Amino acid sequence: MDRRKSLQTLILGGAAAGTGLVFNSCRTENAETIDEAIIAGSDKYFGRTPEELERIEKINAEQLFNEHEMETIASLAIVILPPKEPHGGPIEAGVPDLVEFMGKDIPEMAPTLLGGLMWLDHKSNTEFGTEFKSATLEQKKQICDEICWHDIEIPLEKQPLEIQFFYMMRGLTVTGYYTSEVGIAELGYKGNSPNVWDGVPQDVLDQHGVAYDPAWIAKCVDQSQRNVIAEWDENGNLLT
Amino acid sequence: MQIKESSEIYDVIIVGSGAGGGMATKQLADAGLNVAVVEAGPYFDPADPKTMTQLKQPYDSPRRGAGTDRAFGEWDMSWGDWEVEGEPYTHEEGTDFKWWRARMLGGRTNHWGRISLRFGPKDFKGKTRDGHGDDWPIGYEDVKPYYDKLDKLIGVFGTNEGRENDPDGFFLPPPKPRLHELFYINGAKKSNIPVIPGRLSMLTKRINNDRGVCFYCGQCSRSCSVYADFSAGSCLIFPAQKSGGKVKIFVNSMVREITTNDEGKATGVSYISKDDRKEYKLKAKVVVLAASACSSARILLNSKSKQHPNGLGNSSNIVGKYLHDSTGASAAGVIPDLMNRKTSYNEDGVGGMHVYSPWWGDNSKLNFPRGYHIEVWGGMGQPNYGFGFDPNGMNKYFGLKPGGYGDSLRDDVKKYYGSVIGFGGRGEAIAFKENYCEIDPTTVDKFGIPVLKFNYKHSEFEINQAKHMQDTFEELIHNMGGIPLNEKPGKDKDYGLLAPGQIIHEVGTTRMGNDPKTSVTNKFQQLHDVDNVFIVDAGVFVSQADKNCTWTIMALSWRASDYIIEQLKAQNI
Repeated sequence: MDRRKSLQTLILGGAAAGTGLVFNSCRTENAETIDEAIIAGSDKYFGRTPEELERIEKINAEQLFNEHEMETIASLAIVILPPKEPHGGPIEAGVPDLVEFMGKDIPEMAPTLLGGLMWLDHKSNTEFGTEFKSATLEQKKQICDEICWHDIEIPLEKQPLEIQFFYMMRGLTVTGYYTSEVGIAELGYKGNSPNVWDGVPQDVLDQHGVAYDPAWIAKCVDQSQRNVIAEWDENGNLLT
Repeated sequence: MQIKESSEIYDVIIVGSGAGGGMATKQLADAGLNVAVVEAGPYFDPADPKTMTQLKQPYDSPRRGAGTDRAFGEWDMSWGDWEVEGEPYTHEEGTDFKWWRARMLGGRTNHWGRISLRFGPKDFKGKTRDGHGDDWPIGYEDVKPYYDKLDKLIGVFGTNEGRENDPDGFFLPPPKPRLHELFYINGAKKSNIPVIPGRLSMLTKRINNDRGVCFYCGQCSRSCSVYADFSAGSCLIFPAQKSGGKVKIFVNSMVREITTNDEGKATGVSYISKDDRKEYKLKAKVVVLAASACSSARILLNSKSKQHPNGLGNSSNIVGKYLHDSTGASAAGVIPDLMNRKTSYNEDGVGGMHVYSPWWGDNSKLNFPRGYHIEVWGGMGQPNYGFGFDPNGMNKYFGLKPGGYGDSLRDDVKKYYGSVIGFGGRGEAIAFKENYCEIDPTTVDKFGIPVLKFNYKHSEFEINQAKHMQDTFEELIHNMGGIPLNEKPGKDKDYGLLAPGQIIHEVGTTRMGNDPKTSVTNKFQQLHDVDNVFIVDAGVFVSQADKNCTWTIMALSWRASDYIIEQLKAQNI
């Protein structure tokens, strides 16, 4: 894929096994070693191809919003989702950077965002004689109250620009928050980490009024035997 | 420019490194043959930390997982999607086909759903069963020994249920159902729709010391770094190399055509190197096409010579015809009893369904001849771009107003997290000669190779089947006490039937058969016209089933490989 790699166009037999680190770890597999190996090996990358990295660098080299606009985005974001202990809010979650990036990554979003920011200041100047970012919280809320409800019977793109803008900014703010480290902690999502799935906890089953069928569970994996190599009889019955 | 020709003569050249090509590589190299694998994309190893997306956090990326660069989201391990830069395809006006191409070692097996279903006895005998399509020249009993070996070599979880057309196998034990899957089981029971454990090629239990065991991150679509799911590179090609096989891999090498001699026999392939944009030639005794149903058809059609003026293997004019994909329609519902969930535990599970519904209906009483299975999704997944974009949009189903801002958004997000269940119906379409791909002489890709033009329309059978899917989904959602999201698509929208190609199960373009006038290969996947060319991808399928095609591609590729070894030994080819 990159130039150096393509020189290896011919990859001879035996040389192609994975990185020793991860490969070894699955021999003496346990959750800790796998976890460590992956974290140690991959902290600098997030799996982009050279072409994809190039595009990200290009996007980062461009600027969509000026400093004032970035501050306005930040001040609107914390009205939409006020920070709350212990998991912070949109600023800790990097929401303004996400808005800047997505406005360039998906250029169709840019006019709505740029136009909406202008509308915010115009509205705030007209009503309160100050730019949106400098208005009081009560004044900001007064402006937001007018544009935060969309008509669910009409397609969004047929509604006024400021309504579309607020919908987009709310979406980016909530998305940005819950896809951040603090937001994931707030949500309580426990996944994306090596573990051994062994069914829904009893208290959760009880809460939702469901139960496992013992006959079904009897067919499921016995996690204490997961590292024992599978063997079958000639009829397909698992022996190990 | 002179074409650069290598002097080495391989025993076999394999074009493509996905499910079919990977299996042929493993079997032929294990038999001691000298094999060259020619792959259009770059090298890829799921264990390479540089390209790995497994276990990434959404905030590792400035776009938080958005699908701007990769159609299925930026963690999806497919380099190439519906579009590949510089490699267009065209359509006959008024028809539609979506073509997914993964340009990388291992191809689409790096991101696929791992749903690994055997075809049943009825699936090989469609015409006998209901008069539609054609029978295969082989039956389940011919393929069963290979399915059995495949289960043990690759590993697939599931259960032996004794169902007539969903054969038993050698299964690893399945994972326990997740919460939403328990709701599905209960909901389906009320409509007498069967539900059984899923059948997916992920290692819930160790099968050897070279591959890891599943650690339940739910991210098989990102390709597993410990090789606990099936990908053709990690499970077939690397092991073939590791055990000392003679396997040379040519990556970034786009095959243009199969070359032939004066007698019309294949002598090898010519390919364009993407690195220097020059044309090269490789020679071999046997050429095996595994480039995917449509790409292999393209190569054959582009391999015109004095001996094969209509393209290689195309004296029947059948190459490219009978193209068909699985049907697909979907629906989702919010289940009030799944709202306000505890997030106290990790329920990622495996990267796919722990339970599913195989086809249960009696088609003789329905207005469509073939069935479908239901795939189920839901649960508390990893938040990525788009999560909470409309954080309380579901308020409208509960008499509340969507929109607003402030602290209440946090409550809304948590209230609805994990409360939606979705269904995908995946069914069998009938193969028609009128649905096809052909060479578009007006358009070439950036390597100067003429591209494919698609001509594919759904028939009433598929549309009627999609209606049945929608009615079933509505009933299931109702059974679970849920509320359907979105309006049920009606006749004007073909009941939500997805465009051909979108399920990425395209098959049939070089179908097998006993009659050289109506088929491209014989029952051992050898071209009728040229005895040293074989096809081991889904092109040889006479019909799709209400199953996914990968497990059958691999079983058949293994069977064809055994035949190639035998024929080479007997010096017949």
